[in-house]
Amino acid sequence: MTREFISGNDALAQGVRLASPKVISAYPITPQTTVVERLSEMVGDGSLDAEFIHVESEHSALSCAIGASAAGVRTFTATSSQGLLYMAECLPYAAGGRFPIVMMNANRSVALPWNIYGDQRDSLLLLDSGWMQAYAQDAQEGLDLALMSYRIAEDPEVSTPFMINLDGFRLTHTYEVVEVPDKESADRFLPPFRPIGSIDFKDPQNIGFSAGPEHNVFFKYKAHRAVLRSRSAIAGSEKAFSDIFGREYTGLIEEYRCEDADHILITLGSASGLCRHAADAARSEGIRAGVLRIRYMRPFPAEEIAAAVSGAKSVSVLEADVSFGGSGAVFSNVGAALFSAGLSMPSSNYIGGLGGRRISQGDVRRIFSDMAAGKTGVRFIGIEEGLQ
Amino acid sequence: MSPPVPELSDDEFFYGHKACAGCGGSLAVRIALKVLGERAVAVLPAGCMSAVGFNFPQLCFANNAIISTFAGTASMMTGIEAGLRARGITDFKVVGFAGDGGTADIGIQALSGAIDRGDDVIYICYDNEAYMNTGTQKSSLTPFGARTTTTPFKGNVRDKKDMFEIAAAHGIPYAATASVGYLNDYMRKVAKAAEIKGTKYIHVIAPCPTGWGAGSDETIELAKEAVDCGLWPLAEYENGEFTLSMRAKDPSLLDGHIRRQGRFRHLTSEDMEHIRELRDRRWDRIERKWNTDQRRRTQ
Repeated sequence: MTREFISGNDALAQGVRLASPKVISAYPITPQTTVVERLSEMVGDGSLDAEFIHVESEHSALSCAIGASAAGVRTFTATSSQGLLYMAECLPYAAGGRFPIVMMNANRSVALPWNIYGDQRDSLLLLDSGWMQAYAQDAQEGLDLALMSYRIAEDPEVSTPFMINLDGFRLTHTYEVVEVPDKESADRFLPPFRPIGSIDFKDPQNIGFSAGPEHNVFFKYKAHRAVLRSRSAIAGSEKAFSDIFGREYTGLIEEYRCEDADHILITLGSASGLCRHAADAARSEGIRAGVLRIRYMRPFPAEEIAAAVSGAKSVSVLEADVSFGGSGAVFSNVGAALFSAGLSMPSSNYIGGLGGRRISQGDVRRIFSDMAAGKTGVRFIGIEEGLQ
Repeated sequence: MSPPVPELSDDEFFYGHKACAGCGGSLAVRIALKVLGERAVAVLPAGCMSAVGFNFPQLCFANNAIISTFAGTASMMTGIEAGLRARGITDFKVVGFAGDGGTADIGIQALSGAIDRGDDVIYICYDNEAYMNTGTQKSSLTPFGARTTTTPFKGNVRDKKDMFEIAAAHGIPYAATASVGYLNDYMRKVAKAAEIKGTKYIHVIAPCPTGWGAGSDETIELAKEAVDCGLWPLAEYENGEFTLSMRAKDPSLLDGHIRRQGRFRHLTSEDMEHIRELRDRRWDRIERKWNTDQRRRTQ
């Protein structure tokens, strides 16, 4: 193990190196680029024994990864924003085909207007694509997820692609001290890939077929069940990770001062650190605040969220996403989880950080005040109260 | 020196499918797989051949085969080739079978990328000259004058895109045109492609009785005639040179060839004259630029 002062993208690339994918296909897009630059350097200098394929588009990046996965090897790709949307067709394709591909997405705003900075509209648009989705809060978690994602995705009960999300620039380009495991420990944690139903010359396979109305539901149900079952693979993976590397992760969600909180703010990604500081500040002023960080949007932690907030007086969701005319995707998922659990406390949705706009501690502190004052509805941070 | 025409194997790798009677595309797939054998991994995008061959539980490929996305034939081939090689497997051939729309329209970007990278794959375009799987809509390989459901009155106003020369312009190691009417020539080209390292592109004309408005027993005749009347020159591109495989036997067959197809029945004499002009202009260029002296007669 070494301690290195590196960016989130560098950390992610180190995690991928430790996972030893055999085929990497990628197309450059800001702010993902340094991930694939680092990986092509590693392939070039021999520190990673893989084929780096310079595809001509993101659609081809994932199509190529599907092909390599069908051939029975571990694969990696990375993208962001417009690139993720350009490859969108291939996402449900990979999920329906049950290819355990790992992809890093550098969360970035989507055009129009053009914007290269971080928000979560790209990955949340693809929430229904059948992939597991995890959101890191710092560079270390990015690296650790790169290792854990393969173990989870390749679990025979799961065999589903996995998207690791890092907030554009805030995580991808921010330098932190990161523990980089040694390869030997990484190999102990991550067993070699054992493909299921891949190309086989002794027992030839027809892969990726059509299934009509009579049979289609069975494939869809199995894919759904696989993502549900990833919960135990995630738990098992985190246990093994802690045993080998000593770092603990908390499953699909991470709670901060939720146990006695009246007002719980739910968020995901890099904003969560800021929210925890704001919760501390709110508590010092008499508001019993808590923060719940969603680590996985798929599988969705509906029961975990409901259990964590069941004693709260109000719940709010802060996310860098909005579905015009509706709410943020995280809020609508959380709302369904609360409703299913029979919880009906006042709730609100704060849209913040769109296009990389800075969220201040004061902004989050105001969310807690609003919650304490009983405000509900969908609100945009940065838009005057009178216009909302 | 070209390898000899391979003997037609009794092995079948593509059968039990639901293609229309007289389908030229299914013949192109079946014959190529006979040549390439059990170590071929077939990639087929959305289109006629995947629609007729991959209906769970009636799966019609006896070798390894996969459906790619419509645009992703070539990129999926790239991934499969790299993946199998990474597993230490060397004796295999990745072959793609995409239609004209899947190749010249939606798939051209991925194909261009694969050729540019020099990926060691064989890409076969079975050209039935329109989106036949969806009911005969115009593609960029629909010829001038052909009526499709999206060019319903005058027919297509543009000529076919020249995918053979587009592939060649990449500096591809091997490209060829072929016809399901001349199977020996097609088989020889597939066998040759299998021996060459790098990207190979074979463009095989494959009549579609349903879309062309012809009888299901006319496929082979139509595919021969297209070559014989000079509309579809059979050729190879190798080492930077174009070589004609065989001369057009009888240019006067053109009118009868066009007139017998329902898709051209509305054409005026001016339209026919334009088709002749397009063909003759092409041949002028072929005579000037291609190697036509050392032509190989394969029939």
